[in-house]
Amino acid sequence: MKNLFKLFSIIILIIASNSYSFAAEKVEYLKTDWSFKGLFGKFDRASLQRGYQVYTEVCASCHSMKYLSYRNLAEPGGPEFSEAQAKAIAASFEVTDGPNSDGEMFTRPGKLSDKFVMPYDNVKAAQAANGGAYPPDMSVLVKARGGGVDYIYSLLQGYEEAPSNVSLDDGVYYNKYMYGNKIRMAAPLSDGLVEYGDGTSATLEQMSKDVTTFLMWSAEPHLEARHQMGFKAIVYLIILTVLVYFSMKKIWSRVESEV
Amino acid sequence: MSDHDYRPKSKVGQWFNDRLPLLTLANHLTDYPTPKNLNYWWTFGGILTFCLITQIVTGLTLAMHYIAHADMAFESVEHIMRDVNYGWLIRYIHANGASMFFLAVYIHIFRSLFYGSYKSPREIIWILGIIIYLLMMAAAFMGYVLPWGQMSFWGATVITNLFSAIPLVGEGIVTWLWGGYSVDNPTLTRFFTLHYLIPFLILGLVVLHIWALHVPGNNNPVGIDIKKPSKDTVPFHPYIVIKDGFALLMFMIVFAFFVFYAPNILGHADNYIEANPMVTPAHIVPEWYLLPFYAILRSVPDKLLGVVAMLSAILILAVLPWLDTSKIRSAVFRPLYKQFYWILVADVLILGYVGAMPAEGLYLLIARVATAYYFLHFLVILPVLGFKEKTLPVPLSITEPVLGGSPNLAAARNKESKIE
Repeated sequence: MKNLFKLFSIIILIIASNSYSFAAEKVEYLKTDWSFKGLFGKFDRASLQRGYQVYTEVCASCHSMKYLSYRNLAEPGGPEFSEAQAKAIAASFEVTDGPNSDGEMFTRPGKLSDKFVMPYDNVKAAQAANGGAYPPDMSVLVKARGGGVDYIYSLLQGYEEAPSNVSLDDGVYYNKYMYGNKIRMAAPLSDGLVEYGDGTSATLEQMSKDVTTFLMWSAEPHLEARHQMGFKAIVYLIILTVLVYFSMKKIWSRVESEV
Repeated sequence: MSDHDYRPKSKVGQWFNDRLPLLTLANHLTDYPTPKNLNYWWTFGGILTFCLITQIVTGLTLAMHYIAHADMAFESVEHIMRDVNYGWLIRYIHANGASMFFLAVYIHIFRSLFYGSYKSPREIIWILGIIIYLLMMAAAFMGYVLPWGQMSFWGATVITNLFSAIPLVGEGIVTWLWGGYSVDNPTLTRFFTLHYLIPFLILGLVVLHIWALHVPGNNNPVGIDIKKPSKDTVPFHPYIVIKDGFALLMFMIVFAFFVFYAPNILGHADNYIEANPMVTPAHIVPEWYLLPFYAILRSVPDKLLGVVAMLSAILILAVLPWLDTSKIRSAVFRPLYKQFYWILVADVLILGYVGAMPAEGLYLLIARVATAYYFLHFLVILPVLGFKEKTLPVPLSITEPVLGGSPNLAAARNKESKIE
């Protein structure tokens, strides 16, 4: 029995280490306490709301978030804006709709059911406006990068003067956490860039943390439900396993053998 | 206890059973005499059945919401993750279920290797198992393509391109597989169709696998033939059912941990980037369970020979019952084989590790040595060992070692518990 547990843990270690197999190429990311990690991890509501503010005031001018709808902002487990707030947010965007009965496209204020309005009509337009580099869609961005939230959090704070031996083209910036250190995005955040409604001081660090938290939620909108269900499921399984173990012992006590 | 004299108690039961002997089958399955010394390594057959059913059920549900189209597949997966009720749960069970399936199948295969379960009279069971394993790899590979992320697309490109190594007709075969001149929508739709089909083929083969098993009965840790039914056996129900159930529950705890707390750790981050034929990822790696074979493929400098080596590495298993010349089944009584067995386990783990690394420098060298050893084990060590090895005395029945009969058997039993 003990050996079986050992084997399980060894195999899990091997599997886990495989997915980190490019560790040699990694730099140490900046660390911070994420409220959504761990068995009971939950999002910090206020941080999500601030994060949305950073996204919409800063990131959204270049980065789309095409898999999210405005209704998501009011759903449980997310920033949990009130429905009125979410409606107001949606209405502040112009959405192209149509064709109407005259066959014309028209614009109208956004509704809760609308997807987040994209900054560019298409990928080509986005590239044209950004010197050929496409600002990636942010819906699942933290899951699409090896270092996850730590990587995004670090990258936002990783802008530096390029070392003297690195030459940068126009429109290329130096970031110590970027793969290859060269990034086409100028430092997006700086101290005091946004003004938080709740009085939190908008330091670079604070904004990075808030917007990264928001991106984690946008990539995993059901994370809280998953953690809650996971705990219940595992506790249930453990209790059942113990009961079945004793039933098994009882049943096998009828034969002279070991289990 | 024997199948032949079973008769249902009720009149209706008898009437039905005379026309379709389902009740006889049910009786055979519950009474099926099983060696009573089976250890926990024998519980993975049941666990694998659970994995297959789980994959089929979650897969059917996903297929109701998934759209197999190059422009919509990625989006439909996000739709499942966000808007379908418990879609995230179903998808994470399915995605991690594939890994759990392979984890279990590798333990199952290596259990068979340790206890010589592939030897006469169980060769057909073993070969059916290898076919199931091959189909599992095909299903898993095609399933990984369906989300249409970067690793899906480029994995599909790399693997299908292997066929171009075939002389003369290779290029034509690749175009035929793709349904065009690159991996594109026709490739996706046919992969979806096949991914849907294969699990049912596996299900059929599993029935044959179990049928073939029920002819000679289970092998056991001592590896000797036993009389059935006898004091060496217990009926499948309730003894094995409860034991398999207990092991399955422990397995489910591990499974649940991945699904709820680390659902993406076994996948690759690049697969959350939508497929883009214009951008090649820095490293194209298959899922962890295919890495040993990927390492073998890359360790051979020639493309065609690499493909041949990779396929041989799997197909060599099918002739294993004839490569292993030893008459003794269980490694418990084969001191030398036991050591080579563990070296092989280490060798495969090393292959898996270097498979995830860039194929260069030291990694490539290690991959080549490990590949050579893999074939050496099956082609040289196993056949020779059968003639050279001095085996330990084997008990006459499993009741003796279980009860600790003679000193010799007590020693055997000690060895056995060490493994467990």
